Amino acid sequence: MNKIWIITKRELSSYFDSLMAYIMMFIFLGLSGFFTWWYGSDVFFRNIASLQSFFGVAYWTLFIFIPALTMKQIAEEVKTGTIELLLTKPINDWQVVVGKFMGTFLLVVIALVLTIPYYITIANVGPVDHGGVITGYLGLLLMSAAYISIGIFASSITSNQIVAFLLALIIGIFFQWLFGMLAMAIGGVAGNILIYLDLGGHYDSITRGVIDSKDIIYFASIIFAGLVASEIALVKRNLN
Amino acid sequence: MDIVVEKITKVYGTQKALDDLSFRVKTGEVLGFLGPNGAGKTTTMKAITCYLAPNVGDITVGGISVKKDPELVKKRIGYLPENNPLYLDMPVIDYLSFIGELQGVVKKDLPARISEMVKVCGLTKEKYKKIGELSKGYRQRVGLAQALIHNPDVLILDEPTTGLDPNQIIEIRDLIRRIGQEKTVILSSHILAEVEATCDRVLIINKGKIVADGTPDELRKAAQGNEILRVGVEGADRQVVYDAVKSLVTVSVVDLVSNNNQLLEVQSSAGESSKKAIFDLCVKNGWYLTELVSIEKNLEDIFREVTKEN
Repeated sequence: MNKIWIITKRELSSYFDSLMAYIMMFIFLGLSGFFTWWYGSDVFFRNIASLQSFFGVAYWTLFIFIPALTMKQIAEEVKTGTIELLLTKPINDWQVVVGKFMGTFLLVVIALVLTIPYYITIANVGPVDHGGVITGYLGLLLMSAAYISIGIFASSITSNQIVAFLLALIIGIFFQWLFGMLAMAIGGVAGNILIYLDLGGHYDSITRGVIDSKDIIYFASIIFAGLVASEIALVKRNLN
Repeated sequence: MDIVVEKITKVYGTQKALDDLSFRVKTGEVLGFLGPNGAGKTTTMKAITCYLAPNVGDITVGGISVKKDPELVKKRIGYLPENNPLYLDMPVIDYLSFIGELQGVVKKDLPARISEMVKVCGLTKEKYKKIGELSKGYRQRVGLAQALIHNPDVLILDEPTTGLDPNQIIEIRDLIRRIGQEKTVILSSHILAEVEATCDRVLIINKGKIVADGTPDELRKAAQGNEILRVGVEGADRQVVYDAVKSLVTVSVVDLVSNNNQLLEVQSSAGESSKKAIFDLCVKNGWYLTELVSIEKNLEDIFREVTKEN
């Protein structure tokens, strides 16, 4: 656990050292604030104290941003050779992968914590559905964790960051839309499997306020599968 | 802490990088690992440091197998990989502290260890700079500092002096020799002079197999075979000298050195020395001896001899 935390700390501080964290926070807070308060169906236009539009914008911003955050995590280490440095220290491949996952996840958590003032101010304007806000945040956290895990996997199978970014985005698009669309087109047993794989559906059911163990298990298994696949990609150096 | 490499074989695709390789390194020994490019030096080092697992065979470091407890083995090893990969965006101090934490240095000892390493490796002025801003020589020192941060018993250095200028090479060699007095060190190189200057023992490998093993002196002696002398004699016709030398009992072959008509290359028969006989011959005939040098093979010749393609 201690080893994982050492990696997490380094990952997190490297985001802040490289400006990546500030750019991400600036755009994330800026966009979500803009759409919550000023533009389109903002609170004043609809006259309802709700964070609906905030969650919508936050969701899409994170969907695009997470691949950009995860793309370098393993790809760069493989390219510069520092992965060898890391893995010849008393730490195993799994701890490295989990440490990196936690680093990005914490950055997203920090970004979301910084949006709590939106919630507080909106709550002062009018009555807010507090339960809905909590499940909204929970949904964002679970969805982010799933895409971070996918992003790290994409980063672990190539040493090219752009390829890692695009790959993570493409896998994300499958989970976001294509599985759902295919399910409609195919139907039957295969359709049911694809409906289960559709991330959007699980996200919606959580944000609607229904915290079902089925959805939690879904997100947990995507996170776990992504991390295991990344570990396998690292261990692969020993297979012939 | 002894390192025992036992019959390891490593295959990359269809290519055998290591072929049933076995050797052992004793505590306090500095072992030089020589070989042409692609001989398997780096692969062996990666196997000892648990980065790559051999397909067959086992390695133990201080009695602990890399297969059973890689984490404990890695704790005992300080490793400087080939090309010295570093996190270029980290300041030297932060980097050393990160590696120290990973190596399990106790938190309260860490600042003292870092400042000691900074001092030993001559990084005092550079310690707050980002590694990316340092020159190659200083980066190499950072690489050494991170390998030494947890005071390991075993030090593995893959081509520690590549890309350094002559002054830096000498500094790094001194450092390795100083460290090598109490630790087990394996260093790879293809610079033979370096191995000769720093190592107690030399291991030459080619195509994943050991082709020579011994101290630099032993290797030289083994490759030497018969005594070879370069002899210069004046005061008589070359043919006369040639015949006279050839008729000596201890001499087996005499060659003329082509670009100098007064020089001969004289090879003695096995186990014999012809120095005294040649000197006596000159005295008897009243010739001047201008040169009498025994030609030693250097490590370069040995290296070429044992690694050349057949």
